[in-house]
Amino acid sequence: MKTKDEIIKMVNITKIYDSTEVETVALRDIDLVVQKGDFIAITGRSGSGKSTLMHIIGLLDSPTSGKYILNGTDVSKLKEDELAYQRNKKIGFVFQQFNLLPRATAVENVVLPAIYAGVNTNERTQRAIDLLTQLGLQEQLYKRPNKMSGGQQQRVAIARALMNDPELILTDEPTGNLDTKSGESVMNILKELNKKGKTVVLITHEKDIAAMAQKILHLEDGRLIKKQ
Amino acid sequence: MNSIELFRLALKALWANKLRSFLTTLGIIIGVFSIIVLVSIGTGLQSYITREISSFGPNLIYVLPGNIGQGGPLGGTFSYRITLQDSKNIQQRLISTADVAPVIEGSSTVRYKNKENKSAYAFGTTSNYPKVVLNTKLEKGIFFTLGQEKSGAKVAVIGDSMYEKLFDRKDAIGKRIFIGNSVYTVVGVLKKQGAIFGVDRDNIAYIPVLAAKVQFGQDNVSEILISAKNEALIPVIKNQIKQTLLKRLTEDDFSIQTAESTLSTVKNITNMLSFALGGISAISLLVGGIGVANIMLVSVTERTKEIGLRKALGAKRNDILKQFLLEAIMISVLGGIIGIVLGIVVSFIIAIILVSSVTPWSVFLAFGFSILVGIVFGMAPAIRASKLSPIDALRYE
Repeated sequence: MKTKDEIIKMVNITKIYDSTEVETVALRDIDLVVQKGDFIAITGRSGSGKSTLMHIIGLLDSPTSGKYILNGTDVSKLKEDELAYQRNKKIGFVFQQFNLLPRATAVENVVLPAIYAGVNTNERTQRAIDLLTQLGLQEQLYKRPNKMSGGQQQRVAIARALMNDPELILTDEPTGNLDTKSGESVMNILKELNKKGKTVVLITHEKDIAAMAQKILHLEDGRLIKKQ
Repeated sequence: MNSIELFRLALKALWANKLRSFLTTLGIIIGVFSIIVLVSIGTGLQSYITREISSFGPNLIYVLPGNIGQGGPLGGTFSYRITLQDSKNIQQRLISTADVAPVIEGSSTVRYKNKENKSAYAFGTTSNYPKVVLNTKLEKGIFFTLGQEKSGAKVAVIGDSMYEKLFDRKDAIGKRIFIGNSVYTVVGVLKKQGAIFGVDRDNIAYIPVLAAKVQFGQDNVSEILISAKNEALIPVIKNQIKQTLLKRLTEDDFSIQTAESTLSTVKNITNMLSFALGGISAISLLVGGIGVANIMLVSVTERTKEIGLRKALGAKRNDILKQFLLEAIMISVLGGIIGIVLGIVVSFIIAIILVSSVTPWSVFLAFGFSILVGIVFGMAPAIRASKLSPIDALRYE
């Protein structure tokens, strides 16, 4: 019964970077369970392995060993294109650097995941406009990233993350490049999304940002330490 | 991702770097353009020569001294043993099936009053020459008669450029000219025939064959021209000519050629020329293709982060591959189309001044080749892009 509600289940996840000279263990025996609807913060100093963990959760990188079940699918053994499919449908990314295409308008950026999902033009454009409007960007629909403030760009990125209506929002230092006010606004949006039922996994090194989550997990030298 | 989207995406990416895209396209344009223009010139040359040769008459058979062989004049044996007697023998043999005209040829200075024409030729032939060589047409006067031929009368029919050089296109009939040291009376002027292989066929005085024999002190003929009355008879006639000549001569003393065999030789040469020119220009297209590969590699490197992002958002390997491959193909196809249009326009302009004729095969070849270049040279960069790992690509600065 419990397993039904687990969106992320990691068992003994280990990641070793194996360069020719040194072997770096980035993650050691991570056991992690995230329930649907959770708002989890993963904290840690730089070099603690939190980015690696985020990449593995986001299917951008694969673990050296261990088992990872995302939403009931064992993703440890999936092929590249199957992983792309999972990323497309199940996960919405919000990066610290926003990672918007500089030559594309807000709408064009937001529709990207839907293009790869094969949604038709009218439908996805309408959805992008709706999402951007909900996030208060109705004036910025056809602006390019360089004509927007950092806060606006991050809201475009959030709209993009929501495009295919994924269950999991995965975000890495979403406020890292923002002023306090914009940062707060972004955090409020994430909280709002969580209230509406999205699972949010937040990676940050800032304690006060992490404090907004329901649960905080701490990473130290590649090991997970539960707090609170 | 559907094809319209891919198309728009590629177009946008190319448009974002207009100058770079244009310069890369230029490499393809030049390649395709030169294929079409050079092949057009080759083809134009071929049809021009073919037309010229055909104008002599389709049923014409030539007997030439020496064994020219199949490969053309190189490697043949020379012989000057064909004489007027051989021509007469052939004529007797073919009395009802062909017209026969021998030519005794010599270069000579031709003068009229104070005007001198040093590089002229005199052709001693028979009165039926215009009947045999069909493009011999009279502008003024008459060709010399059978009577004048038999008596070896000192009469001449002059070509168009000789007419111009000596008479400034004024009255010439009945005037006396010097060929070498002998005086001839002009009885006719021929219409312009033009030059072939750089030889001016209008700077010739046609005189009775016996007069030429006296003039040049010999009766070796430089060619015997035979016009079959019926095309179907040509193989038989060729055989009869051979039998007749072999009674007195050996195989090495003569060659028998037909308009058809000459045409096929010319076609071989000009086809080779066309292919060689096309091949050289294909190399320039290849260089253009390397330009495409080069710029696509730059583009992939520049957009590493974009590739990573697209992959993170769900782009499959194939989506990325198609995106970059299509860009390369679009450069090539665009270059191909512009090259073809320019090539055709320039070929038409050349056709006005010189000779050229656009051939469909060169257009298709150039276009097909440019698409192929796009695919071949776009493939490696596109594969490289598609294989980037999303995390490495996202981290790339």
